[in-house]
Amino acid sequence: MAQASIDRAGSTLTIDDLRGDRGRTRKEAVARGLLSAAGGFSILISVLIVYSLVRETWTFVTQVDWSLVWGDGWFPRRAMYDIKTLVVGSLIVTVVGIAVAGPIGVGAAIYLSEYASRRVRRFVKPTIEILAGVPSVVVGFFALTFISPELIQRFREGTPQQTMFAAGIGVGVLIIPLVASISEDAMRSVPRSLREASYGMGAKKATTVTKVVLPAAVSGLVAAFIVAVSRAIGETMVVFIAAGKSGGALFETNPFEPGLTMTAAMASIASGTDSVVGEALTFQSLFFVGMLLFVITLSLNMVADRFVRRVRHKY
Amino acid sequence: MANRTGATVSMDVGDLRDDSTTRSDAGNEDARAPVFQVDDLSVYYGSFRAIRNVTLQVEQQQITAFIGPSGCGKTTMLRCFNRMNDLIETARVEGCVAYHGVNLYEPGVNPVEVRRRIGMVFQKPNPFPKSIYDNVAYGPRVARMKGDMDEIVERSLRRGALWDEVKDRLKSSALGLSGGQQQRLCIARALAVDPEVILMDEPCSALDPIATGRIEDLMEEIKTEYTIIIVTHNMQQAARVSDMCAFFTTEVNEKSDTRTGLLIEFDRTEQMFSNPSDERTENYVTGRFG
Repeated sequence: MAQASIDRAGSTLTIDDLRGDRGRTRKEAVARGLLSAAGGFSILISVLIVYSLVRETWTFVTQVDWSLVWGDGWFPRRAMYDIKTLVVGSLIVTVVGIAVAGPIGVGAAIYLSEYASRRVRRFVKPTIEILAGVPSVVVGFFALTFISPELIQRFREGTPQQTMFAAGIGVGVLIIPLVASISEDAMRSVPRSLREASYGMGAKKATTVTKVVLPAAVSGLVAAFIVAVSRAIGETMVVFIAAGKSGGALFETNPFEPGLTMTAAMASIASGTDSVVGEALTFQSLFFVGMLLFVITLSLNMVADRFVRRVRHKY
Repeated sequence: MANRTGATVSMDVGDLRDDSTTRSDAGNEDARAPVFQVDDLSVYYGSFRAIRNVTLQVEQQQITAFIGPSGCGKTTMLRCFNRMNDLIETARVEGCVAYHGVNLYEPGVNPVEVRRRIGMVFQKPNPFPKSIYDNVAYGPRVARMKGDMDEIVERSLRRGALWDEVKDRLKSSALGLSGGQQQRLCIARALAVDPEVILMDEPCSALDPIATGRIEDLMEEIKTEYTIIIVTHNMQQAARVSDMCAFFTTEVNEKSDTRTGLLIEFDRTEQMFSNPSDERTENYVTGRFG
């Protein structure tokens, strides 16, 4: 210990005594630099993504004949870029997905956080987490080979095997763990004292959940909902496999028909052996759709953030 | 609301069952029959015994205080009176807590019914993140009480000695109130469902002396209508407000090195503080221990 011989009389204290170890100061500066570089890296990546999107999107937007962007269908190789076909397709799949994942996810979260005994929770929670780890391509085939023939076609004869509805259910299955996990966190963070106050007045469990726990957790639930929507819009593989259309599609609003979403359209342009050469703007249209997708999910996340901040309660 | 004017409530388990909607009429037995008769009560959390062999009774329209050092099971004991311990998965109760002659732990007793009659105020003020009005109206709404809700809210807030301070901002958030106001709101909220008994778990431990004084005054006022059991760390508080006093302490279990609470002495408060019969009580109330 170099500093062991501190002069306790205090008469000879100089600034050098308080400067500290040079080597340690330098080490700290290095650590700080490395960590801020890691933080800055993610910002850099975001900027580069936006840049690559904007560049090609700009080419598309400035050169395309806009009458082609609002038409009968999305056939980029034939210069038909009807964007509403894709947006409505994404919307249908998302609505079906949320209709499946919302009630089941929140229900599972309520069960886990309020009703399940510790032993049951220890078994059920990892099971839900395993579901979250299933690759989306597997869920896509599950939608195609089970959900569609065993559920949809059984109750609605004559439905094609590949439909937006089947894809929507598949997407719902995929995002159940996400909804359940975020909602459960939100509900478990509601302080125990609020539940006790409610029980202490003779409220039943169901009343306590609906009148106290859910309202107090509302910011988390809204966040769960919006993250789920954003995830459902962005989901690609399930839709690509189960929704039925790939290269192009006519405008379609019936969920029990095959359809095309923004993500599936992008995947099919980007994939496959029939590389895009024909129409000059086919390749750029991919970026146009990508930009749209990016703007939608970004604004959703911003709305979620704003909303969560606005309704957040302090305890 | 019916049975509070000194007459004894007679009750059987049917009153506490799930489907019960009415209270039985007042009987005409001895007016001083206890509200609670606790017999040989022990509480376990898993294999750990938190309190053992407690026997005491709680009289109507009196304030009964539970005092004792930390960890002696006062709160555990208090939570037996409205089956709040049910919320802890591992908790288990042995013995009998009779409420007007009905054992609260008898099969068929619904804790929801018990808690409507036996309200609770907690250590830390715990208003809901709702408006002041909705906090007070919560219990009556849950219990589907009849009558004008505005009136119920006003009456409860007046009883909670909070009305004058909040009458102009009933719709604003309860979380904007001061700690002392929040605690009085919690008392008003508990009173809103017209319970017969109020359990208070160290209601002033998070409050400053002025707010504490107001809560104590409030307890004095409402004890003509309610039976109150209060857990407190503050011996002066027990001496000031309570009629009866129970002193708990802990014993160390040699084998498991855990502590179990037990009741040492239960008597009139004056007696306990001036002339306790047990040396351990005397040591505690004179500040030599705990």
